[in-house]
Amino acid sequence: MALSGIQIYKMLPQTNCKECGFPTCLAFAMKLAAKQVELGSCPYVSEASKKQLAESAAPPIRLITLKANGTEVKVGNEVVMFRHEKTFYNKPGLFLRVKASDPDLVKKVATADAYKVNYVGMDFTLDGFAIEADGDLPAAVKAVRDVTKRPLMLIGNDAALLDSSLSLLAGEGTLIYAADASNYEALAEIVKKHKAALVVKADSLDALADLTQKVQAKSVEDMVLDLGGKNLGEWLTRSTQARRLALKSNFKPLGYPTIFFAAQNGLDKEAIYAAQAISKYAGFVVLDTFAPEMIYPLLVLRENIYTDPQKPIQVQPGIYEINSPKPDSPVLVTTNFSITYFSVANEVEGSGLPAWLLVTDAEGMSVLTAWAAGKFDAERIAKAIKGFDVASKVSKKRIVLPGHVAVLSGELEEELAGWEIRVGPREAVDLPAFMKQVLN
Amino acid sequence: MPIEIPKDKWPGSIKAITIGATAAEGGTRARSITVGGQTTMPYLQYEAPTPNKPIIAIEIKSRKPEDWSALLVEAWGAAMIDPAQWAQKAEEAGADLIVLTLTVEDSVEDAVRVVRSVLAATGLPLAVWGPGQAEKDNELLVPVSEETKGEKVLLGICEDKNYRTIVATALANGHLVQSRAPMDVNLSKQLNILISDMGMPKDRIIMDPTTGALGYGIEYGYSVMERLRLAALQGDVMTQFPMLVTPGFEAWKTKEAKVGEGVPEAWGDWKNRSINWETLTAMSLVESGADIIVLRHPESVKRIKEAIEELMMA
Repeated sequence: MALSGIQIYKMLPQTNCKECGFPTCLAFAMKLAAKQVELGSCPYVSEASKKQLAESAAPPIRLITLKANGTEVKVGNEVVMFRHEKTFYNKPGLFLRVKASDPDLVKKVATADAYKVNYVGMDFTLDGFAIEADGDLPAAVKAVRDVTKRPLMLIGNDAALLDSSLSLLAGEGTLIYAADASNYEALAEIVKKHKAALVVKADSLDALADLTQKVQAKSVEDMVLDLGGKNLGEWLTRSTQARRLALKSNFKPLGYPTIFFAAQNGLDKEAIYAAQAISKYAGFVVLDTFAPEMIYPLLVLRENIYTDPQKPIQVQPGIYEINSPKPDSPVLVTTNFSITYFSVANEVEGSGLPAWLLVTDAEGMSVLTAWAAGKFDAERIAKAIKGFDVASKVSKKRIVLPGHVAVLSGELEEELAGWEIRVGPREAVDLPAFMKQVLN
Repeated sequence: MPIEIPKDKWPGSIKAITIGATAAEGGTRARSITVGGQTTMPYLQYEAPTPNKPIIAIEIKSRKPEDWSALLVEAWGAAMIDPAQWAQKAEEAGADLIVLTLTVEDSVEDAVRVVRSVLAATGLPLAVWGPGQAEKDNELLVPVSEETKGEKVLLGICEDKNYRTIVATALANGHLVQSRAPMDVNLSKQLNILISDMGMPKDRIIMDPTTGALGYGIEYGYSVMERLRLAALQGDVMTQFPMLVTPGFEAWKTKEAKVGEGVPEAWGDWKNRSINWETLTAMSLVESGADIIVLRHPESVKRIKEAIEELMMA
């Protein structure tokens, strides 16, 4: 639990020596509580206080960073059960599982590694690869490392093989799967030696908490939990319980991110299993299938769930040019919610037809939501037309409203004397047809 | 060392609401179906069992829709031109409830005839939605409501601009109403209050929060649903209604589901992508507390039903 400034003050030397750069120890304590300074700035703080303060500052769910040459993935550090309470911070890492024995290993990894998909202006990719040690693991690691720069996870239980494989990945942060009650001592040794992270696995939360404490006693701090669970219901229960214990009870033995294998009950359930894991707190999601038709929607879901609810993604209001419009090209009106903007812009762009796109300031809301909230009305649209001086760009004073707000056309005619107001389709996908058939 | 699992104890609960009426209950349905009744956040069976399993509804239309994806046309085939046949196929596909949407082209006689034929073709409970234009909705729904008196049909859709006529006819004929607000906790609550104020009993209101599709604002719907459910459990009476969601409608209007050509290669195979779009939209809403999930593709129905079975197991 985070400490208050006063609580921290009691642990400081209280000498007001000013060497930290603040006039008093209390001022420094307040800055510490606000996480604006580091404790290291105080040269005189006792070891006991240091330890206590470090513990209180530790996040309830440990941040785990996997890294390779150039890319990294961070998971954990979450603070809420529901995204509306604040936000979910670190998106779960999506890893593709491949087998060391697979003759197509290199090709598979290279294809998946190159996969990139664009969603509202952002490029998404997979985060890394999990190599299963069912063949020559070091050889597989070498081959995979040649074709991808993404972080790796190694799945196996032969400590010596894992050790030699990790030696090939010096300087990286790799995840080892998995330690159980029978092999944790050996795995903890190698993980420590190579500064890797370790998945810990048990059949119940009780046994899991027991095991993480034993692993920690071997000086391994970077752990990831495999919660087990036979079906969606069991996994949801365990995931919720582990998160609550970490966040609400500050229960350190389960204060780690989790890992979930989406294809554990069959490939036909993989997409839905992965979807639940993404919504319900998984730190890593391992897929067995590289299928763009599944990976694209999963990447979008992850982006949606991890979007900060307090900050809708917005586009700058203004008049946008699509396909080099001329003065007689139509003026299409929409809002500045990014998804709305991109839906409309993509359609018009794809159609090859030139148009002016007037993006009005609707406080980042979609057409219907903004209209319902009074942020997308005749007055605002008229203001945008005038504010961005649309009249100077076009010869034909004509604007097209989204079909969902057809009711605004009357009012808008009054606000914009001399302009022709047309009602377009409700959905962006129907815009090209509308522009071809109706606007000419 | 056994861990003490923290459990939430809530003062409130979701209303258990029954749709459809059997002969014994004054209707003609082979069975009625009950949703709601939860006392926990979704599927947290270790706090309390989920009393009623969320149900799957399949949406059919009074006339073959011209703007539905070719993949849906392929799935339902010739049955789409006959709502009675379509309803039967939907029942075979695993629907627990049929949602019949009327269209603006329907006359009053058409609407009544179609509703009658669907009731005769299947023993499932029924929801009937107007075409979505206030005047036309009222024109069609009132005679449909009278024609089906006692069947406990779910009539929709009530929105703040147009709810009085639908609520009045549902009240008079023993039906339920669907209360829809645009992704906003307070607007949902407000409409539920207006409907209750007309005398509608609280066990005859189903709430439709509207959600958006995957990639098109689902995060708003997702969080509004979680907030509505939390408010209900905390004891806010006007949010304690089961939630109906329409991932089929939402997902199948996205470009990702609807369009097979001229899209980025990184989107992958069209058919599987479309079904993933519908099922992932639906699955997210299942996780955030949906009680009635209205779908369009039979494969999505199968997958979501299986997922709900698994969520009920824990």
